[in-house]
Amino acid sequence: MPIQTRRYDDGQTLVIRIEGRFDFSTHQAFRDAYEHGDPHIRNYIVDLSDTTYLDSSALGMLLLLRDYAGGDSAGIVIENCNNDVRRILSISNFEQLFNIR
Amino acid sequence: MDDSVAEHSRPLRILIADDSDSDRLILKTLLKRLGHEVLDVANGLDAVSVFQREAPDLVLLDALMPVMDGMEAARQIKLLAGERLVPLIFLTSLSEAGALARCLEAGGDDFLGKPYNRIIIEAKIKAFNRMRLMHRTLSDQRDLIRERNRQLTEEQEIAKRVFDNVAHSGCLDASNIRYHASPLSIFNGDVLFASPRPAGGMLIFMGDFTGHGLPAAIGAMPVAEIFYGMANKGFNGQDVLREINQKLKRILPTGMFCCGAMIEADFKLNQLQIWNGGLPDGWLIRTTGELLALPSRHLPLGILAPDQFNADFERVGAAPGDRVLMMTDGFLESADSAGNVFGEQGVTGTLDRLDDGDHPFDAMMSAVHRFTGNFEDGDDLTLCCLEMMDEAGLATLPDRAAPSALAGPAEWRCSYEIRERTLGEFSPLPLLLHICMEVPGLRRKSGEIYTLLAELYNNALEHGVLELPSEWKHSPEGFGRYYAERNRRLANVEGHYIRFTLHHSLKPDGGRLRVICEDSGQGFDFHNHPSVAPGNSPTMSGRYAGRGLLLLKRLAETIRFHEQGNHVEIVYDWQFARTAENRDD
Repeated sequence: MPIQTRRYDDGQTLVIRIEGRFDFSTHQAFRDAYEHGDPHIRNYIVDLSDTTYLDSSALGMLLLLRDYAGGDSAGIVIENCNNDVRRILSISNFEQLFNIR
Repeated sequence: MDDSVAEHSRPLRILIADDSDSDRLILKTLLKRLGHEVLDVANGLDAVSVFQREAPDLVLLDALMPVMDGMEAARQIKLLAGERLVPLIFLTSLSEAGALARCLEAGGDDFLGKPYNRIIIEAKIKAFNRMRLMHRTLSDQRDLIRERNRQLTEEQEIAKRVFDNVAHSGCLDASNIRYHASPLSIFNGDVLFASPRPAGGMLIFMGDFTGHGLPAAIGAMPVAEIFYGMANKGFNGQDVLREINQKLKRILPTGMFCCGAMIEADFKLNQLQIWNGGLPDGWLIRTTGELLALPSRHLPLGILAPDQFNADFERVGAAPGDRVLMMTDGFLESADSAGNVFGEQGVTGTLDRLDDGDHPFDAMMSAVHRFTGNFEDGDDLTLCCLEMMDEAGLATLPDRAAPSALAGPAEWRCSYEIRERTLGEFSPLPLLLHICMEVPGLRRKSGEIYTLLAELYNNALEHGVLELPSEWKHSPEGFGRYYAERNRRLANVEGHYIRFTLHHSLKPDGGRLRVICEDSGQGFDFHNHPSVAPGNSPTMSGRYAGRGLLLLKRLAETIRFHEQGNHVEIVYDWQFARTAENRDD
């Protein structure tokens, strides 16, 4: 399964971990990862430590998650990007929309 | 599903060719008892002609027959069947391996040994029928896909033509622009537009929508309409970008957006303004060989709400001959056969190796071709190069504005004043130009009219209301200071105004436009100003320094200052077409 989720003990933080290529083929799985979660989730962590590649449709999916999580008030952290992935996020200036660390 | 079940149990038409009357009769009886329809002949030649006439589903052939043997008949029948799978089973008492192999080489699919075994015959006929039906399903599906694909290509071809009409009404063919955009790049989501500005200079937009195919292409239409519509009316790059962002934000679903870059080139001020949101680094390549990266500093278009959108351009000086290079990420993603991508290294490597005579566009295209080794694969890319040029070169820009057959208003007068906060937020120039362009005789002169209005307005705003000294603009450091101070002072314009009064009237050979521009500033001592007093050559100091006043003087019939110098009046005459053309040299 290229997308795995787990919940923090506090029950409010959902970690979504994407393995391999994060592109259109993961569209449905990525949506499923957060849309059917429980209503107590307040924060999202997108863990990209095993993500090798990210394309513009993945950027679009991150925007969908941001909308779902409350738009400007969404609490989303994107973490552990490799250099290539980081580069793509910064060309699109996604630091302005997400907390990237 | 139901169809294929029915197919499986449907009786078959089976052709039997055997020269032994008794064998043929036994087989025929057997097959009829199984419910099939049987055609029977006694030699290969008849088998071929019955096959041609009756198109049976399955053929049973004796290997050895008079007139034409089974092998030859098999070859001819397979030829006639073409793409259709008609199972062909040899009936034979032969058991020698070589002979059996020859039967298969001739086109046979299997054997049935004599004497016949009813159970084996029934099983083989069923098995071959399944294979025949599967083959037919696959062929049908393939034909359907082929047809759909043809339809899609045809629709894309039409959509592309519509898009071409909308998108390529600009000046992409101007002598200072080089570009590559594959003919169907619109279906990769790439767009490239260029338009001359009425005031001189050019506006270029390159965009890359997320996704591929129709969804990616669909956003391109409104962007093209906005770009060309607004650029023609004299709006600047910032205004156009804001409008595009707002439109895309409204029409695109979340998750779809457009990476893009806008370049506003001013050949008068030798200046470039760039906004890059999500495209790879652009490059400014100076004639001196110096390279300047123009990185993405903004979010792509269609993501942020209008009040959060940042349309601040970067401003750089650029001399004639300097070139800007922009590309979509398809360019960086051009891959060789091993899957390695050209990448940013490919771009910077190529730029570092540029020789004096090389055009960066040619160098870039040939570098990417060399890298991929196959142009077809690398055709999903857009690259554009704009060269700065002398203001004089502007005359060569294509003028595509379609002439209107309508007679516009001839005798009119209007006054328009903008006040206070609005001075910093809104440019009245597109609106004023629009009013003037209602006069058909002035429409051909949109560039000159815009220049007149813009010079008057900028002087009134920057030197009249804001009291900025134009000397600052003469050094690189001062340039930055000038614009920083301009923004600072714009925040504090209480009680200030700029008022335009336009008055148009007809004359026997054309018309006269009178423009009065008044501002609330201090004015200046025009009686003793070197460039106003007759006979003096202009110097580079004070209000209306340098080019501004010269331009006004060159374009207008007369220019007069009133009151304390904050009231300027110009008169602009135009002639009916024939005479007017004589005046244009």
